[in-house]
Amino acid sequence: MTAPPAIELSSIEKSFGTVRAVRGVSLRIEAGTIAGIIGENGAGKSTLMSILFGLYHADNGEIRIGGVPVRMESPHDAIAHGIGMVHQHFMLIDSFTVLENLVLGVEGGFLLSDGMAKARAEVERLSGEYGLSVNLDARVSDLSVGEQQRVEILKVLLRGARILILDEPSAVLTPQETDRLFLVLAALRERGVTVILITHKLREIMAATDRVFVMRQGELVAERRTVETDPHELAELMVGRKVRLQIDKTPTHAGSVVLRAEHLRLVDGRGVPLLDDLDLELRAREIVAIAGVSGNGQTELLQVLAGMRAPTSGSLTVCDRTFDIRRPGDPAGRRAIGLAHVPEDRLRQGLVAPFQAAETSILGYQDEPRFNPRYFLDRPTIGRHCRDLMERFDVRPRLPRLRSSQFSGGNQQKLVLAREMAQEPKVLLVGQPTRGVDIGAIEFIHRELVKARDRGCAVLVVSVELDEVLSLADRVLVMFAGRIVGEVEPAGTDERRLGLMMAGAGA
Amino acid sequence: MRPTRGPLPRWAEILLLPLINIALAFLVVGIIVRIIGVDPFHALDRLVLGAVGSPESIGYTLYYATNFIFTGLAVAVAFHGGLFNIGGEGQAYIGGLGCGLAILAFDRYLPGWLMAPIAIAAAALFGAAWAAVPAWLQAWRGSHIVITTIMFNFVASALMVYLLVNVLIAPGSMTPQSRDFAPSGELPALQGSALNLSILLALACCVLVWLFLWHTRWGYALRAMGHNPEAAHYAGTDLKRMTLLGMCLSGALAGFVGVNELMGVHHRIVLDFPAGYGFAGIAVALMGRNHPLGVVFAALLFGALQQGGAELAFDEPAITREMVVVIQGLVILFSGALEHLPRPWLAVLLPRRG
Repeated sequence: MTAPPAIELSSIEKSFGTVRAVRGVSLRIEAGTIAGIIGENGAGKSTLMSILFGLYHADNGEIRIGGVPVRMESPHDAIAHGIGMVHQHFMLIDSFTVLENLVLGVEGGFLLSDGMAKARAEVERLSGEYGLSVNLDARVSDLSVGEQQRVEILKVLLRGARILILDEPSAVLTPQETDRLFLVLAALRERGVTVILITHKLREIMAATDRVFVMRQGELVAERRTVETDPHELAELMVGRKVRLQIDKTPTHAGSVVLRAEHLRLVDGRGVPLLDDLDLELRAREIVAIAGVSGNGQTELLQVLAGMRAPTSGSLTVCDRTFDIRRPGDPAGRRAIGLAHVPEDRLRQGLVAPFQAAETSILGYQDEPRFNPRYFLDRPTIGRHCRDLMERFDVRPRLPRLRSSQFSGGNQQKLVLAREMAQEPKVLLVGQPTRGVDIGAIEFIHRELVKARDRGCAVLVVSVELDEVLSLADRVLVMFAGRIVGEVEPAGTDERRLGLMMAGAGA
Repeated sequence: MRPTRGPLPRWAEILLLPLINIALAFLVVGIIVRIIGVDPFHALDRLVLGAVGSPESIGYTLYYATNFIFTGLAVAVAFHGGLFNIGGEGQAYIGGLGCGLAILAFDRYLPGWLMAPIAIAAAALFGAAWAAVPAWLQAWRGSHIVITTIMFNFVASALMVYLLVNVLIAPGSMTPQSRDFAPSGELPALQGSALNLSILLALACCVLVWLFLWHTRWGYALRAMGHNPEAAHYAGTDLKRMTLLGMCLSGALAGFVGVNELMGVHHRIVLDFPAGYGFAGIAVALMGRNHPLGVVFAALLFGALQQGGAELAFDEPAITREMVVVIQGLVILFSGALEHLPRPWLAVLLPRRG
């Protein structure tokens, strides 16, 4: 092939603070091919594509489009160079028609009707050519998710894109819709469009791509021709052979069941099932970890168990109390019977940024008598409580009156963890226990979780960090597409097998 | 380095910024006054003397400030819950109706010391009820509170006209107003001024609002909801009920305007007594940084402008009543809508440590 590659990246570097999100990635993608970029969460694939699309600016490195070095200062530059991106979350205006959405930003001319007529003709040509049929006069809110995605793709093509980036395009699609999407992508390839597919689903890589790039911890660790690889190899490359964290922990004898969920179902407003007939049992004195690629219902499971969201159907018993699942959630009621919850997104859900640290340290427990001796909050007691948490969990600076937002991210996390773990709960739900905390704190948090277990607490950990899951848990459950697809013993587990289960490639 | 919109030192935030805003407003006012041919310094002199030049004028300033405290607190309480209550006007009106109805019902049988608390409670109850409907509509039906509260102002106004013209009008009277209250339905007032005991109620409300917001678990939950509804939900707060609670408290505070106006001054139910206090409450709360103490200071300023402005219009034929409204409008504009105008400059002048 003599034509220059459609995209050539050399030594791209990008750091956020001290985190090196992308480390010296170089890759070439030939024109008219479908390339897959695969990796775990946080492997840097989305960051890399955001750099290509001009959303982030690389600290270092060069981008060449069609052999010509370019500077991507903003998505405008990217679009001008014929790059289009379809985001995971659609950027459509629900109350507009498909056509109105398509011409948004490229209306052309003073009168809307001229541009609309021109766009209609152009879109009809494009949709015929690529099999992207959509009713142009339908309102976006009336379309299915798959159709909305086609609108997004059309939008990008209408702006003259020759390179199409799709970020986790199948995350919201049904399998049938996904297959249909792949047909469209193949049609695009035939007409010389270059497609980049970001995904963590092995099936899609195998089904749709010509070449696959594997990323891990910000680095490009492998490049394969799709026909020359298989899901097993890719899973292994994706997960890597990580050194296991060592946690001092004795074998445990799990006690009686303290939390039992049966046939939990949760269906969102569009009818997509987020939890699908899920059964779960949690016993006293054990740590159960849920492994899985994020977006497979773990977040929703935690919310349902914690009472923040009511499931569509199913039953839930916590500490011998059966909850009426039809009633909207009641997080306060769950806390009262000894269930504590460290939310995944601690900064958004777990604390109130302008509140003093002392105020944040009682969030969710503000109604307890120990903080309300009579009618008023006992500020000195709350201050002492906060200082005590800060000392036990080494939150710095130890200033209960400082605003929560003025602590560093890691210390905010520790404050939330401290608050929930210090309640000595019977059931402790922890979402991503070590997300956003430093190495030292990780070890500490793990030790505290084990201590809580040894006290007799049932601990449920949801984590996308495989090594964390394997080193911490007494039992590992694998979650995929809203259900528990398997259980493995953490000791001596084949990580490749686990990776395959997480990717939905059969248990 | 480019100035960032980082936080300013606390003292600058609370004191300096409002003072600069007021100074800017007066600068623009001065230019306008000069253009219409009045010496700005003379006008300022009349304005200040009119507001605080005599015991009588101080009394009026404080009487106006009382209304501004009530509506300012009303807006502030709702705002801490993330609720933008711009229906203070209507809530004040209906609060006055409750106050008046209670007095008309009992003033001939009850002594003043018993009548006053009942009338005050009725004002709070009616004001709260008028705010509860938009709160319910937002929490359970998803209609935005800004839209519904402003519409409820018009409904309140129409309702009061109807009631005063058709139902409550004193027999044989030509003006749409109720019969006079019996003496037990009047609050003791300062001789020769409109200042009455309501100001003590207003100051008590400031303390209570402060205690509620920062020293009770309900205030805690309300503020949590205002800053971060998701975290409040996580913490187990029922956001719907909290919306209702915040709005009811807000409406009750606005309703107290009726106590000051009807029990304190008019001694009967009259038309249009809220006269814009409800809307001005937004500016008062904004300027007072939604803190009760700040609201008191902002209310004093607005009260002084109201009273001094009236005196100024009386003294200077060139400065009409409308001109005074322009002056108030500019202060609201600079301390409300443009409050962040001098912020970047201050941020450069006062670099924050750390």
